[in-house]
Amino acid sequence: MESTILKTRNFNAFYGENHVLKNINIDIDKNSVWAIMGPSGCGKTTFIRCINRMHELTPNAHVQGSMQLAEEEVYEMNPVLLRRKVGMVFQRPNPFPTMSIYENVIAGYSLNGIKLNRKEKDEIVETSLQRAALWNEVKDTLHKKGSFLSGGQQQRLCIARALSMNPEILLLDEATSALDPISTAKIEELIYELSTQFTIMMVTHNMQQAARVSNKTAFFYLGELIEADATKTIFTNPKNEKTQDYIRGHFG
Amino acid sequence: MKQQQINKESETTGAMLRHIRIRNRKNYLFKALIIGATVMCTLPLLFILFYIFRQGFTAINWQFFTSLPKPVGETGGGISNAIVGSILILLLSCVMAIPFGVGIGIYLSESPKSRLSYYGRLSVDVLQGIPSIVIGIIIYQWVVRPMGGFSAFSGSVALALMMLPSIVKSTEETLKLLPESLKEASLALGVPYYKTIMKVIVPTGLSGILTGVILSISRVIGETAPLLFTAFGNPFMSTDIFKPISSLPLIIFNYATSPYHDWHQLAWGASLILIVIILILNIISKIVQRKWKVQF
Amino acid sequence: MPDVNREERGLQLKEKAFKNTLVIFALLSVVVLLAIFITLLFSSMPSLKALGISFFYNKDWDPVADNFGALPFLLGTLITSFLALIISTPFSIAIALFLGEYYKKGIMAEIFKNMIDLLAGIPSVIYGFWGLFVLVPLVRSLEMKLGVAPYGVGIFTASLVLSIMILPYSVSLSRQVISMMPGHLKEAAYSLGATRLEVITKITIPYTRSGLFAGLLLALGRALGETMAVTMLIGNSHILPTGIFSAGNTMASVIANEFSEATGTVYTSALIEMGLFLFVVVTVINIIGKQVIKRFTA
Repeated sequence: MESTILKTRNFNAFYGENHVLKNINIDIDKNSVWAIMGPSGCGKTTFIRCINRMHELTPNAHVQGSMQLAEEEVYEMNPVLLRRKVGMVFQRPNPFPTMSIYENVIAGYSLNGIKLNRKEKDEIVETSLQRAALWNEVKDTLHKKGSFLSGGQQQRLCIARALSMNPEILLLDEATSALDPISTAKIEELIYELSTQFTIMMVTHNMQQAARVSNKTAFFYLGELIEADATKTIFTNPKNEKTQDYIRGHFG
Repeated sequence: MKQQQINKESETTGAMLRHIRIRNRKNYLFKALIIGATVMCTLPLLFILFYIFRQGFTAINWQFFTSLPKPVGETGGGISNAIVGSILILLLSCVMAIPFGVGIGIYLSESPKSRLSYYGRLSVDVLQGIPSIVIGIIIYQWVVRPMGGFSAFSGSVALALMMLPSIVKSTEETLKLLPESLKEASLALGVPYYKTIMKVIVPTGLSGILTGVILSISRVIGETAPLLFTAFGNPFMSTDIFKPISSLPLIIFNYATSPYHDWHQLAWGASLILIVIILILNIISKIVQRKWKVQF
Repeated sequence: MPDVNREERGLQLKEKAFKNTLVIFALLSVVVLLAIFITLLFSSMPSLKALGISFFYNKDWDPVADNFGALPFLLGTLITSFLALIISTPFSIAIALFLGEYYKKGIMAEIFKNMIDLLAGIPSVIYGFWGLFVLVPLVRSLEMKLGVAPYGVGIFTASLVLSIMILPYSVSLSRQVISMMPGHLKEAAYSLGATRLEVITKITIPYTRSGLFAGLLLALGRALGETMAVTMLIGNSHILPTGIFSAGNTMASVIANEFSEATGTVYTSALIEMGLFLFVVVTVINIIGKQVIKRFTA
């Protein structure tokens, strides 16, 4: 039986007067890869930034309605503690420039003041880097600065950093849009492999990518969730006209 | 008829060419003038440095660093009390100015558009422009009078007040240039805001902040006016922060305006040391800025 | 889970404490400035009450007779500052053109920029010391040739040193302003056949006028409050200055000379009133200067 990890009911988000997410109802099932799709300005990035409450960092931003992560109301939790359970990877790779690769991976622990002994740290770093398919490339240069890696490697380092905290959900905000095709392919492959252990939600404006990588797709348009279903259904047999238009490239 | 026309034409082109030649000549003359004036302005600097190095070197020896000034009439003596005093005053003012300066700088870069930021920035700008002698009066009223006398501590407060604006500004400028994504990366890992600032943002901007601090030290190390009625000066060795204390600029002022040759020599030596420290601080700040700069 | 709750509360407390600390720091900068103004105002009260407006036009300063007129120092400050400004302005504009127009980049720019910066780094007291031993004899021989009383020290000597000291302040701003000059305007003039000189005098300088003016204002602000070098070179005379070679005193130099020896409430208070006046004038000049730059760069 599939269990639901994230559930929203009548969820709304605002930037000041601007109503950017309207009545979102969605159930995200565990260990699936969700693609969040839609033309730019449709609210897809806002949606995933609401999940780890990064949305509220923007002045005047606020939300309404219910969003539950593993049965817990997200907006009643402490945002800091919530974010430890939700990993996020951004559009541009952003490793900490003052830290080595090793320190970057363990940053979620060290910055939060969680004490670990040497062996535990080594283990976390190795498994996280292996999960992010970066271990073989960096195992000899662990103590060099992360900023010397290529863009694609940096992005996988950021994925490793997020995975090290064993998040309940991993959010990817157009994580491949700043990368070259080869690095993109590597990360897509990685997402596929990670889907056995993690729940992944990825924002993408690239339909092919959504079709390639995800097994579920949500289509957003002008702040509304138009359709959410199995990726195959969305791409072959969408129920909504707007989805159909988008898939056929009629707008955006 | 035709011949005449040609003549006329060549005459006008001739006049034009002459005109252009004059304009070009003026152009070059002006450039020469600019270069000349610029070079001339660097002459005082070279003269001052040369003069101080020449006079200062003859005054400096081992005793100069280790002993106290001798009374009038006795040759030799040193300025150990002023060196110790300067170091003590500056250390104390760093302790006071750095936390406040960096803190205000963080606030200004973190909430750039708040009303408090507007007034804070304005205040810091105004503070930077206040004549140093007025700072002296203020600290006399605020610290010296209530505490009942001149002291190293009051001198440090005065210098800290003068250091504050440039520390605030360099911190704000440095942190403002850091990408937003850095903060987001940390916050998304569940790192609390205060740790994000203290453990991610500030360390990443450290080279810029440190450069600002070093430059602010080099700017106040030679300040004399705010010390006249605060640290006051002291012919003896003192490390008590609640007693009057000597400092390099004070000793230069007191001995330079004295009528005794031996004391002038001490003042030249002190000037040389002061200038060398300032030069070194400037070089260190450049190195820190370049070598420690964080690459993204 | 009580454990999570405790952690949560601790976090919230620390976040709040941190943010509040920052706000308090920022508030403090405003409070300190206001406190400075209020302190100066209150400490000036005895003199304001006792002397009133006569303080500014009374030309006698005689502490023994409790007679305090600041006119000689007011004039001394104005004359030295403006004289310094007049001497330094042509040079500061020349350097600004050198660094902002002719040699924007490269080793020459780097060398001269650093040297001008270094001028600002030399302590005032060292300028004064150097002036005493190098400039004063030179001025004295000049005065002998001109047939004025050859003191060496005086308003002229102080202005001369002051003009060197304020140079970096006006240069740093005018250089930025000139190098910010939009290229397309200059190119338009060049394409019409103008020489570089003509572009500078007819396009660049008129266009950057307000920025250059702001640079002068900031330099003036510096000059008005400059203390040590002036104190050492101006001759410390309480008599109304009669010319640029006469000895005088500025407000800052009088404070430096007499504040720690001043006895009597009105005496101290009169000195502080000069400090208040300096503070207000310099602050107004700085704010106007900043405003002009803001409008120029906006």
